[in-house]
Amino acid sequence: MQAYINSTGIISPQQTYDGTFFAAPIVNTDSMILNAMEPVYKEIINPVLLRRMSHVIKMGLGASNLCLKAAEGIRPDAVVVGTGLACLYDLEKFLLSIDDYHEKMLSPIPFINSSHNTVSSQIAIMNKLTGYNITYCHRAISFESALMDSLMLIAENKADNVLAGGIDEFLHNYYTIFNLLSYWRKETISNLSLFEGSHPGSIPGEGAAFFLLGKEKNEKTLAKLTDVQTFVTKCDVSYLKNEIDNLLQRNGLERKDVDLFLLGRNGDNQHDGIYLDLEKILPETSCVAYFKHLCGEYMTASSFATWVAANILKTENIPDCLIKKAPAQSQIKRILIYNHYLEKEHGLILLEAK
Amino acid sequence: MARRVFITGFGIISAIGNGVEENFKSLTEKRSGIGKVSLLETSLSNYPVGEIKADSETLAKMGGIELSTIDSRTFLIGLIAAKEAVQMSGCEEYLSSMGLVGSNTVGGMDLNDRYYRELISGNGTNKDKVISFDCADAGERIANHLGITRNITTISTACSSSANAIMNGTRMIKNGIADRMLVGGMDALSRFSINGFNSLEILSQTGCKPFDKNRDGITAGEGAAFLVLEAEDVVGSRKIYGEVSGYANRNEAFHATASSPDGEGAVQTMEKALASSYLQPSDIDYINAHGTGTLVNDISEGRALDKVFGDNVPLFSSTKGYTGHTFAAAGAIEAVFSLLAIDRGVVFPNIALNNKLEEMNANPTTELCQHPVRNVLSNSFGFGGSNTTLIFSKI
Amino acid sequence: MSEEELIEQLKTQIIEALSLEDITPADIDPDAPLFVEGLGLDSIDAIELMLLLERNYNIHIDDPKKRREVLTSVRTMAQLIQSQGKE
Repeated sequence: MQAYINSTGIISPQQTYDGTFFAAPIVNTDSMILNAMEPVYKEIINPVLLRRMSHVIKMGLGASNLCLKAAEGIRPDAVVVGTGLACLYDLEKFLLSIDDYHEKMLSPIPFINSSHNTVSSQIAIMNKLTGYNITYCHRAISFESALMDSLMLIAENKADNVLAGGIDEFLHNYYTIFNLLSYWRKETISNLSLFEGSHPGSIPGEGAAFFLLGKEKNEKTLAKLTDVQTFVTKCDVSYLKNEIDNLLQRNGLERKDVDLFLLGRNGDNQHDGIYLDLEKILPETSCVAYFKHLCGEYMTASSFATWVAANILKTENIPDCLIKKAPAQSQIKRILIYNHYLEKEHGLILLEAK
Repeated sequence: MARRVFITGFGIISAIGNGVEENFKSLTEKRSGIGKVSLLETSLSNYPVGEIKADSETLAKMGGIELSTIDSRTFLIGLIAAKEAVQMSGCEEYLSSMGLVGSNTVGGMDLNDRYYRELISGNGTNKDKVISFDCADAGERIANHLGITRNITTISTACSSSANAIMNGTRMIKNGIADRMLVGGMDALSRFSINGFNSLEILSQTGCKPFDKNRDGITAGEGAAFLVLEAEDVVGSRKIYGEVSGYANRNEAFHATASSPDGEGAVQTMEKALASSYLQPSDIDYINAHGTGTLVNDISEGRALDKVFGDNVPLFSSTKGYTGHTFAAAGAIEAVFSLLAIDRGVVFPNIALNNKLEEMNANPTTELCQHPVRNVLSNSFGFGGSNTTLIFSKI
Repeated sequence: MSEEELIEQLKTQIIEALSLEDITPADIDPDAPLFVEGLGLDSIDAIELMLLLERNYNIHIDDPKKRREVLTSVRTMAQLIQSQGKE
């Protein structure tokens, strides 16, 4: 199975919505939240539709529209969305209104918008896309599940072009709830110093990244998506190593064939151990890079990583803001993304130069 | 694609019974599970519901586990159905290499209902509940209990969720990603869903009456169902209950909550599913309709059946008059009913129907029919225009 | 409160209830149809407008036909509120 990444559209805490790849100065803030830098939505979404949309829906529709615009007229046969918490804002708004109004006279709009497939179906309604449409909600492997489905659709000849994306928004109450699990950094730091020292907790982020995946490549192709694997278990590095080797072997590869390992380390010393253990067994010749100091921690952060990887493969260059380790004269032809959430849900995504 | 996908086991819990046999008995005796709410605390108690009459403690016992504070009702009923499916299939020894596609709409909403305010206040003492408030929790913990670790995911596309889970699991096997998949859905009754549908003014005052002229909305139900799917090349000599022979997923791209009145979206979905199964409309012996009992759905679906099948609409019924609308679980629950129709050679009657729908020509079957059933078509339509049609066939 | 004052008050409440961000009270013609033409509202907006009448004016209407009549325009809404003495 394989698919070409033929266009992208991304709204993230960095200036990415304009289609550039880290051209603007990198955001470095001590606000302890990485909020998305957003376009003026009225310019890309019909204002009549915009009025009932919560922030996550706007981000999702915004990024998907940017992606379709960049594809210049290619219409997807399928829409596949991954989102960990989906429309939690509307869900909690409706949940709280039940008691606030004593189960009477409730506004239906947050209920309608709370449906987890709101973004994928609004993309369909806005663009009149009547093909396959689905939403995966499985924490940190939501986006990987969406990619897996997209690869299958293309392999099955059910779709020539699939619009696939990952979306999650920052919510105050999400922060509060996960703070109970010591998920966030207590001391104030800037996002670019996320990996300094050894401390518990990370910085929350958000974003929406969409990809037009095609059966065929074209002159605008960024990279090739080759394989995806997910697993759900508390595991040590030897289990992880086996999963990585399995995935590489079925693609006729070994670890040394991977030029860059892009890791979802998030600076939380309670759960970063497995990334550090993995780095110890990676080949000397491979580069290692991180990405969560740029986008923050959220359940579909691997969609940001996929956008980063696709652009690295296109430009044949790893931006300095990502590098942890880069052996001299390394050519980047193949990237493996590894990300986990609380060491339970793990995702691997393999990409190659086109 | 060459690899065929068979169903070797299934499990179910709903308002009409715990387990396959209890459900079958209720269906054949035309016994509805819809009635007055007794366990869920809600001031909307004048609306009938399809409730499973067992509290969490009882459900935990039925699932063979000790009840812990993070066990949502959604998870518990899912576990009961999943375990029955695995047992019926006899696939216990293969669990470690199986995958799981679960589905639901609002996660452990029964726990959220009680603890969410405390959690967001920041000084929650129930912090262990944090992990059960999302969609993924129930499926993931079922996987943990059964020892499933790879190719696990959760689909949430409103009322078509578990139909999509069945389709996705089938495709994972056809694509060679896994040999065996446990697929299904679960949704527990919650104040959230009841109030949600009430805010849309589509909750029935009297109990849902699918395809009846005087229908007045849906009845909220709860339930769970799981199916064991296996590739034909690994089934061996174990009993096969049917094949997932066709499927299609389409979006109406029409409206956030309503289906198009002409039924065009449903027509296209059914036609695509038929095409994928290489079957003709005349090969279908029974249709398990989505049939929610809302004004819009039943007209739209009824017209779509007329269009696809013309003057020869096969025997069809909606079983939501028994179970209520079980939301994300509906597709899997109705898949179990479809497989029972094939296995036992019966067509289940549409109950609570007194006056024929004028907008469609065909009539649902209202009496139990002993009838050989080779191919069943099952519809699931959800919010956001998410339409899925599945076809199950006798082997 | 005069009918015109009530109309102005309703306009503000409608804009808020339906999140009509880019519309000012002056943009709303009190006699224009609220649905399809005019503001282009849909069935979900209709439920929101009924909620507005319930929450702010304690008016509840069950009959769908009566609802459609009341929600014809901002003026018909105002007239109903006045006829029930609930302004």
